[in-house]
Amino acid sequence: MSESGNLFAQQEANRRRSRRLVIGFILFFAWLGFGGDFILYEYTKHAPPNAYHHGFPFIGIILSIIAAGMAWWAWTTGPKRVLWSTGARELVDPQTPQEKQLTNVVEEMSVASGLPKPKIWIIPDADPNALATGHDENSSSIAVTQGLLDLCSRDELQAVIAHEMGHIKNLDVRLMTQLAALVGAVTLIGEGVSRSMFYGNPLGGLGGGGRRSSSSGSSDEKGGGGGAILVILLVLWIVSWLLAPIIMRLMALGVSRDREYLADAMSAQYTRNPISLATALDKIESADAPTKTIKGGAAQMCIADPTGRHVNSKEGKVAELFGTHPPMALRIARLKAMGYQKAPGAIAG
Amino acid sequence: MGLIVLLIIVVLLGFWFMSAYNGLIALKNQVFNAWKQIDVQLKRRHDLIPNLVETVKGAMNFEKETLEAVISARNKAISVQAPAAGGAPSAQQVQQTAAAEGQLSGALGKLFAVVEAYPDLKATGNVAQLQEELTSTENKIAFARQLYNDTATQYNTKQQQFPTSIVAGFAKAAPAELWEITDATERENVKVDLSMNPKK
Repeated sequence: MSESGNLFAQQEANRRRSRRLVIGFILFFAWLGFGGDFILYEYTKHAPPNAYHHGFPFIGIILSIIAAGMAWWAWTTGPKRVLWSTGARELVDPQTPQEKQLTNVVEEMSVASGLPKPKIWIIPDADPNALATGHDENSSSIAVTQGLLDLCSRDELQAVIAHEMGHIKNLDVRLMTQLAALVGAVTLIGEGVSRSMFYGNPLGGLGGGGRRSSSSGSSDEKGGGGGAILVILLVLWIVSWLLAPIIMRLMALGVSRDREYLADAMSAQYTRNPISLATALDKIESADAPTKTIKGGAAQMCIADPTGRHVNSKEGKVAELFGTHPPMALRIARLKAMGYQKAPGAIAG
Repeated sequence: MGLIVLLIIVVLLGFWFMSAYNGLIALKNQVFNAWKQIDVQLKRRHDLIPNLVETVKGAMNFEKETLEAVISARNKAISVQAPAAGGAPSAQQVQQTAAAEGQLSGALGKLFAVVEAYPDLKATGNVAQLQEELTSTENKIAFARQLYNDTATQYNTKQQQFPTSIVAGFAKAAPAELWEITDATERENVKVDLSMNPKK
């Protein structure tokens, strides 16, 4: 457990790792777009004057525009849609003791994190879960299921809310929306291009180097001067496009898992009580029915994977790669390590 | 050539100085803001106490002493609470507030221990509700204090660490006082505090 040092060290390590993943993600995206432009440019450089010369980086720019458009769309409509699809009701005027407690706990965590108080929503679902959404710190929402309220003690509820506040503080909604848009753009273009290739769309021929392997048509005639390295690059680029949807999805999931660890550590920072989050996660894990009201899109902002997949603990490394959340057992182990680390310090100080 | 290199170095240093200076100022304001947050929560606590006293007074007229201790501790805490002044709080201000609020926490702790001893009183809806409100208020104070201490520590570390320490003088950065528990009764009363949490 050397990597589960104290909570601030853990936060730092998580931030570093997810930053590296995001950079890799963006570089890969740039390679898919502007990398193709570069190869085409080199390919057509020595072509006869009247033949096609690839100067303007269409592929990269078109890919970026599509990704930006998708990101914008997901960004403006996302948070509302997520809440609407769960059938959540906003808690404005708390009536029952349970609702008052929830309001108080959210207020407490907003004090602890120094963030404005988010809107509170209750999802009518018996399965314990919680999620955060919203554009930024000032317009954020936290939704919890009725099941969570019924199941958790005050301290555990507090720890779960603190985890969600961690997501808000780290701007995870924004990050994951943007990554999802990049994945979406690549998948869309990959599929769209392979379809339009059949109709000989020139634009498709450009972007599609990927799917239908452009070696058959235009590039053979024009090329020639490229050399072996260029051919290898081209093959690499085509293979990249073929694998892109899956690679990018895996990278996005990797980021998502890191952000979960980070939010757990933020929860420990806000409550100074990581053991409560550990027991809450344990309870959520053992209530294993899927959270039916939370659809897949919102999964990344939940406290636990709402599909209720138990890949998490049983099926090993490969299944783990496809999870939005790290295995519950690992999260609990790290939280406990933080708890035990804290104990001696608390006695000394 | 040498001149250009020198110029670049000077410009880079200037940029570094600017960002270090601004970083310190931002942290200083965060410390001040965190301190104001404690104030807000303390005020809430002070406002809640008359309510609480009113509710339990009738049922525990033979526990006058405990009630009076709470009331006088509250009044003292209010008198100490300094009017809003600009900048980070002074060391004296922090210590005085911490001591007065510590006493109030101790008195409240005792009151709750007494309430625990009267099951009839506890069972009335009003008291249970008030207890949740007070638990929450106590939590909020603790969390505001935690945020203040965390931010102040960050600020103190930054201004002491090399090379930011060079800039600290220009930004008029002085170490912020942490809120420590100085009052012995508050330390003792941790146990009572736990018992007042409605855990189930």
